[in-house]
Amino acid sequence: MTIQANEPNISSKLAEGTAEKPATIAPDAARVDPEDAPVGRLRRIGRTFGSMPILVKLSSFWLFLVVFGAIYAKLDVSVFDGALPLQDPNVQTNGFNPDTLEFGTGEPIEGSSWDHWLGTDAIARDTFARIVHGAWVSLVVASIAAAFGVIVGGFLGSLVGFVRGRTETIIMSMVDVILAFPALVLLLALVSIFEVRSLLVISLVIGFLSIPAYSRVARANSLAVSQREFVAAARAIGTKPRTILFKEVIPNVLPTVLAYAMVAAAFVIVVEGSLSFLGLSVQLPQSTWGNMINQARRDIKLNVSQVLWPSLALTITVLSLNQVGDWFQQRSAVRSSAL
Amino acid sequence: MPGIRNFTLVIRGERRERDPSMTATSSAIGGRLNRDSDDLLVVEDLKTHFEVPAGMVKAVDGVSFSLGRGRTLGVVGESGSGKTVLSRTLMNLNLGSNVHSSGSAIFEGRQLVGVKPKQLRDLWGLDIAMVFQDPMTSLNPVVKVGRQVTEHIRKHLGVSKAEARETAIQLLRSVRIPEAESRFEAYPHELSGGMRQRVSIAIALACGPKLLLADEPTTALDVTVQHQILNLLAQQRRERNMAMVLVTHDLGVVAGRTDEIAVMYAGRIVEKASTKVLFSDVRHPYTEALLRSIPKTSNRNHTRLAAIAGRPPDLINPPSGCKFSPRCPYAQPKCFEEEPPEVNAFEDHLFSCHYPVGTEENKAAWDRNLAAGRPETVAVATGSVSEVDIRAKGEEILADLTTSEGAD
Repeated sequence: MTIQANEPNISSKLAEGTAEKPATIAPDAARVDPEDAPVGRLRRIGRTFGSMPILVKLSSFWLFLVVFGAIYAKLDVSVFDGALPLQDPNVQTNGFNPDTLEFGTGEPIEGSSWDHWLGTDAIARDTFARIVHGAWVSLVVASIAAAFGVIVGGFLGSLVGFVRGRTETIIMSMVDVILAFPALVLLLALVSIFEVRSLLVISLVIGFLSIPAYSRVARANSLAVSQREFVAAARAIGTKPRTILFKEVIPNVLPTVLAYAMVAAAFVIVVEGSLSFLGLSVQLPQSTWGNMINQARRDIKLNVSQVLWPSLALTITVLSLNQVGDWFQQRSAVRSSAL
Repeated sequence: MPGIRNFTLVIRGERRERDPSMTATSSAIGGRLNRDSDDLLVVEDLKTHFEVPAGMVKAVDGVSFSLGRGRTLGVVGESGSGKTVLSRTLMNLNLGSNVHSSGSAIFEGRQLVGVKPKQLRDLWGLDIAMVFQDPMTSLNPVVKVGRQVTEHIRKHLGVSKAEARETAIQLLRSVRIPEAESRFEAYPHELSGGMRQRVSIAIALACGPKLLLADEPTTALDVTVQHQILNLLAQQRRERNMAMVLVTHDLGVVAGRTDEIAVMYAGRIVEKASTKVLFSDVRHPYTEALLRSIPKTSNRNHTRLAAIAGRPPDLINPPSGCKFSPRCPYAQPKCFEEEPPEVNAFEDHLFSCHYPVGTEENKAAWDRNLAAGRPETVAVATGSVSEVDIRAKGEEILADLTTSEGAD
């Protein structure tokens, strides 16, 4: 959480205007004792939230819901074994129940009702439960791909921006090779080669494809940071290049890369959606937003809402990620120009 | 914690004991400049050239000087005279494949030029330290001030975290940072420019270096703060018996705080003397022009600033002969053809000029140029730099300027 931890006053002050006196003449910001630090940090997070524009606030709220829903669904399946109050996403509500020897009361392609908030799909499964479970897939793919991109791409970019020379030429041309591949075609190829269509493999493949974007962002920032005087100052006190890279350059490149990761995660969710729409993402019957859209597509003339709900979930999530990501990017830009 | 202070003192004491052995080495290499047996740094014919598409930029082109222990050298020159490149060459901070450094700089018997950075890393920060020009960028913005100081102390002196913290707070106090304990937890942007420069000075002084390179340490600061920082540097230098190279474009900055001054022009030292001698007995026309360009409080309002005519020389294709000749009010045909040798007047007052200021030849050259209406000369004579009014005024001035001494 570099972004929050290191952003004491500048940008929140810019947005709020009323916050407090500039820290230069107010040493109280500096007087935070180690014991008080968590309280200060909480308050900081609160202040950060308060300084968001309304759209960004709504977006963060939605993202919070998605993350909460995804974790809730995962817990339901793997820890509580379906005991939490959420319908089973894979149960056909009109199916035969061997215990009671009765058929279920559900109907396929139902509209919204009290029993099924968002209706049911073609084989009478609860759409709301499937969307919540599908959120887990989107969340995992987005975070693993983003983490992979930030770690590998961010590191490569920071490295080459700092050392320059032949290393830069070699690494950046390798990165360009990845960039030259048509992403979706490569994904199709890789997914069919690996055959194991687990969440992890899909995420890593998407993460691999996002390396060029991350490394370019990181390199651009690393080039600028490496020119700054504090890097020369570190050299002048005899710091080893490796230490300079990890302690001086990367901490300064990271906020920008993390802010970019937010926006990139939105793209990753769309890519995963496309893959599962094509039936190449995780194995059925695990629901994903993409395969839900694909399955409901056939019955679109009967009931459009079954296509609508997962599409809306996807769209709003992507929009929210973009909003929050843009906001963070702007803040980190304000911050680095202020320093 | 008095223990820490003793600890630092022991380190410094130990170093001083090492001195005699070092002198032998430096006298073996020092050559002509090694008049002082206690030289800490001996620079000989140092050159730093940058290869660019247009040719070779001769940023530093044959600089020689020596610096005794605990002495201060001021390096003065306008932008592009090579003074910053000089200090960066000594710190091995000019990176890139297009940098060509040659010559030698011997620090306590160790060569600083043309050596791999790895071999000098134990020297940097411990024996030689540097203070940079812009305190806004010389501290890492995402690391707390305290950690930036302690990390350096811990790495070089190998003390515990708590000890390093104590030492660092004492250091911050010694550079007059109020409430050092609370500043310890501050990020650089929470400090003002002057405070940040104090922190960078504290970092540079942390391990008690023997040589401090200060590259325009006050250029980015307010005048009042500038004064404080310079006094702080002078005071720390005295207390620690540390040698210092103070690079600046402002003669006023070096005036009261240096033992010697070297004036640089186009990558070379054109005049070098002890501070007192340089100000009382200027020899090189460039130094004279620099002095003249300092505005005086006694001047009337709207007095034109006595700028130096022309522009700093092109370092790729420098002018032939004396590099200052195109801008020099005393320039004679000889100046454009022949490079003046370095002359040692007396008491180590070195300068390179065919017609040094204050001589009969100089006066004759001045009169000749004024009569010929050389624009650079007339500009100085009229106190104006605009070429248009120079041409117009030239002749009328000639009439009543017969007894003029020229400058001042």
